[in-house]
Amino acid sequence: MSFWRQLSHGVRTLMNRSAADQDIADEVQDYYERSVASHRAEGLSPEAAARAARMELGSVSNVKEQVRGYGWENWIETTLADIRYAARRLRSSPGFTTVTVLTLAVGVGATTAILSAVNRIVFHPLPYPDPERILMVRDVGVEGSRLDGTFGTYRELVERSRSFESMASVKQWQPTLNAGAEPEMIDGQRVSASYFQVLGVKPILGRDFNEVEDRADGPRVVILSDGLWRRRFGADPTIVGRTITLSDSPYLVGGVMPKGFSSSLEPSAELWSTLQYDLTQGRAWGHHLRIVGRLRPGVGVEQARTELSQIAKTPLPEYPRADWADMKDGFLVASLQDDITRDVKPALFMILGAVVLVLAIACVNVTNLLLARGVQRGGEFALRAALGAGRQRLIRQLLTESLLLATLGGLAGVVVAVFGVRALVALSPAGLPRASEIGVDGMVFVFGALVTTLIGLLVGISPALQASRSDPQENLRFGSRRTTGGHKRTRNILVVAEVTLAVVLLVCSGLLLRSLRQLFAVESGFNPSGLLTMRIQVTGHQFDDDNTAKLFLTNAVSAVRQVPGVIGAGLTTQLPLSGDIEQYGVFFEGRAEQGGGEQSPFRYSVTRGYLEIMGIPLRQGRMLDEHDVAGSPRVALISESLAKHRLPGIDPIGQRLTIGDEKPYAVVGVVGDVRQVSLALDQADAVYTTEDQWRFADRAISLVVKSRGDPVSLLPAVQKAIWSVDPGQAITRIATMDRVVAASAAERRFALTLFGAFAIVALVLAAAGIYGLLAGSVAERTQEIGVRSALGATRANILRLVVGQGMTLTGFGVLVGLAGAAAVSEVLVAMLFGVSHLDPMTYLGAMAVLAAVGLVACAVPAWRATRVDPATTLRAE
Amino acid sequence: MLYRGAMTREEPAVDQPNTDVIQGTLDMLILKTLSLQPLHGFGIARRIEQVSRGSFKVNPGSLLTALQRLERAGWLDSEWRQTENSRRARFYNLTRSGRKQLEVETADWTRRVTAMTRLLNAEG
Repeated sequence: MSFWRQLSHGVRTLMNRSAADQDIADEVQDYYERSVASHRAEGLSPEAAARAARMELGSVSNVKEQVRGYGWENWIETTLADIRYAARRLRSSPGFTTVTVLTLAVGVGATTAILSAVNRIVFHPLPYPDPERILMVRDVGVEGSRLDGTFGTYRELVERSRSFESMASVKQWQPTLNAGAEPEMIDGQRVSASYFQVLGVKPILGRDFNEVEDRADGPRVVILSDGLWRRRFGADPTIVGRTITLSDSPYLVGGVMPKGFSSSLEPSAELWSTLQYDLTQGRAWGHHLRIVGRLRPGVGVEQARTELSQIAKTPLPEYPRADWADMKDGFLVASLQDDITRDVKPALFMILGAVVLVLAIACVNVTNLLLARGVQRGGEFALRAALGAGRQRLIRQLLTESLLLATLGGLAGVVVAVFGVRALVALSPAGLPRASEIGVDGMVFVFGALVTTLIGLLVGISPALQASRSDPQENLRFGSRRTTGGHKRTRNILVVAEVTLAVVLLVCSGLLLRSLRQLFAVESGFNPSGLLTMRIQVTGHQFDDDNTAKLFLTNAVSAVRQVPGVIGAGLTTQLPLSGDIEQYGVFFEGRAEQGGGEQSPFRYSVTRGYLEIMGIPLRQGRMLDEHDVAGSPRVALISESLAKHRLPGIDPIGQRLTIGDEKPYAVVGVVGDVRQVSLALDQADAVYTTEDQWRFADRAISLVVKSRGDPVSLLPAVQKAIWSVDPGQAITRIATMDRVVAASAAERRFALTLFGAFAIVALVLAAAGIYGLLAGSVAERTQEIGVRSALGATRANILRLVVGQGMTLTGFGVLVGLAGAAAVSEVLVAMLFGVSHLDPMTYLGAMAVLAAVGLVACAVPAWRATRVDPATTLRAE
Repeated sequence: MLYRGAMTREEPAVDQPNTDVIQGTLDMLILKTLSLQPLHGFGIARRIEQVSRGSFKVNPGSLLTALQRLERAGWLDSEWRQTENSRRARFYNLTRSGRKQLEVETADWTRRVTAMTRLLNAEG
């Protein structure tokens, strides 16, 4: 009841202020007249009665103001008036307003953008029920690195482990969809029948896989994503139960996944089929599966970890293990979310740290601007205080102004954030998980608003206190010229802080830049220039027979070699730095310790000519040649690194080795090491055989073409040559080798780009800070400078005065900043390569850049100071 | 409005025998006064002064503000009546919840006064 009265009365007053005012006036008037009448009744003369009534009532306007001041609606009116006043003040100094709003926008916007990405990728739970119960189980590679699992390991864990309610293994799949006119390569996954149970999502149409469909000879069933279903099948509700053709094979459509479902292990996957592994196949022991499991309710991660390591330690005869998948190092168990974000987390957190520094600089800069403005407006505040404005009222007004600024900055910041997020997604390296989910969401808006409000309050308080504390008389007397000493010190400290933060950011970006340089200076082991690469996918039933598949590849390469402008062409199962990783256990005959603790070597099946066009040098023996075909003695090349690790002090030529099975190969040569996984990773144990002599046909293989001129111009002719052999084969992943190399460092480049951008923003803000301080100081000291030059100070003296002031601050900032950078850059170590985080060159460089920027910022105020005319200023005094 | 020009900023005479209403009791006094009959602002003020034999002096600004507050709280209703010299006068009267509030405040006040008296009379 009373709440409604409050509301309705307040609203009525707000809607019709003049009527409300009239009511108050009438009531006060009535009061007065009755008072007069009452005094008259006591026998006073009309004049005396009137005086007595006035005395009783006090000032009529005061009474009216007092009554008028009651009610919440007044608060709103005052606030609106404050905002109007603040807006007028801000409009009257557009330069200050623009700079402040832009500074805030950049700080808040960049922070919001980065935080929304980090929040989404790292903290936001995966879009599955109870996502924390989904774990990823990895084999342990060399030095504790994560390795994909084998099917054999998966089989054993499924049967022995009790911690999981379901487990699944997953691998990539890229079938060709032959529906409609043109065949299309679709990203998909081959999964265990229980995969969707592990994720906890059911198809919205149709049904999930069943166990029978996962057997080696089971029926072929495919489940489609909502996107693919709409795009290629027109959202046909009768699709379930129909048969579609994938890579020439018929598949029964079992179901369609719900809209918005995304497989976090392979975000681009649009269809799923079962693995249908056969444990008797050699392939079941390759490290190419990812194993996920959903914990039983109530089972903790630690419990599962203990159980799995117990299983690893106790091999059972009924579960034979391959030597390279003997589980003797146990498993790496982590939540799915941790697993997929592990690689990007350090970089993301570093970027987040950097953007927080930018925000800090922005805040410092805005504080400084507001302080300077507070000084300039000292006179105004003094006048208002003298006219009766209370201290609280002044502070409230100033806070309103700051909040208005912060709101404008926040709104502009939201715009910056929206574009920032887009730029971030566009720039992001291909490996960034959940990139498609990133967007500015409500949570981010709230964050932005909170940060802005907080900044508004914090930044607003200090000048408000400064201004309201000062003595109005003093300020009135001196107009706006004087500044107090303590105040100046605050601003000096703020400028030093800005320079410090800028130095830290600059050093970090410098270190990242030098790392990237060092990385590309690394001997990759091959020569990428003039190389065009692409991936050929051998699909179709006519190639079911390995020999036919191999023949197709041989013919395709021969056709490509005939293309004019082609110097050479070759095939390889693994293209360096492309993300291909395939490792096999390699055993040298007659060597006792077999691969214990060693990283399994990379297995390359290549055609002759591949090593030559890649420029991989022969160190010893001979290369593979046209005689090393299917029928002839089996030969292999090994890398220098493998020879050193496994055959120390032994001549490798003539040694015999086996690769994952019993058939031996004779080592005929040693070739140079190649960086396979990344430029930063010195892991180069490798074995090369010819594709002809390898025991099965690889159906996804990379073609490398060496051209005389621009490799890209050859592409149409090369594609035509391949399709002349068989027009139905998909060609994917087309890129020059230079691009492949560049893309391999995409994450570092991404981090560097962001750090670089932040460092530039920081420099600009710091320069603005120094400039603003000096410009203000020169303006305040015009008289002093005039007197000095009248007393004989030369232009050089005055120049030194101003530049000295600016550079002293810069110097302090740089010193503190260098120390800060030395401490902070330690967290960067994981991202650095070939550069110490204390790299003196970088620190010197940052120092030089800051000194230069500082000088530029000093230049204009200093020049202005030398132009002060002593005669004018003295006359003004 | 009419009197603005005539208003002077005279300080009220010092040493007046009457004092301001005890803080926090103005609401109760207004409610009590209005429980007898509907009244306008001046009437309320005068009545409080008279009944207290001039002990309490009501500040008109505070009184009119308090009336607004009490009306919004739902304890008072107001109506405009025409005065003999054809001006508008605002009359306040107590609502039912205002009467209840007066009982609450009276009981509370009596309890306080009793406690206070006991404290002041305590010996030793």
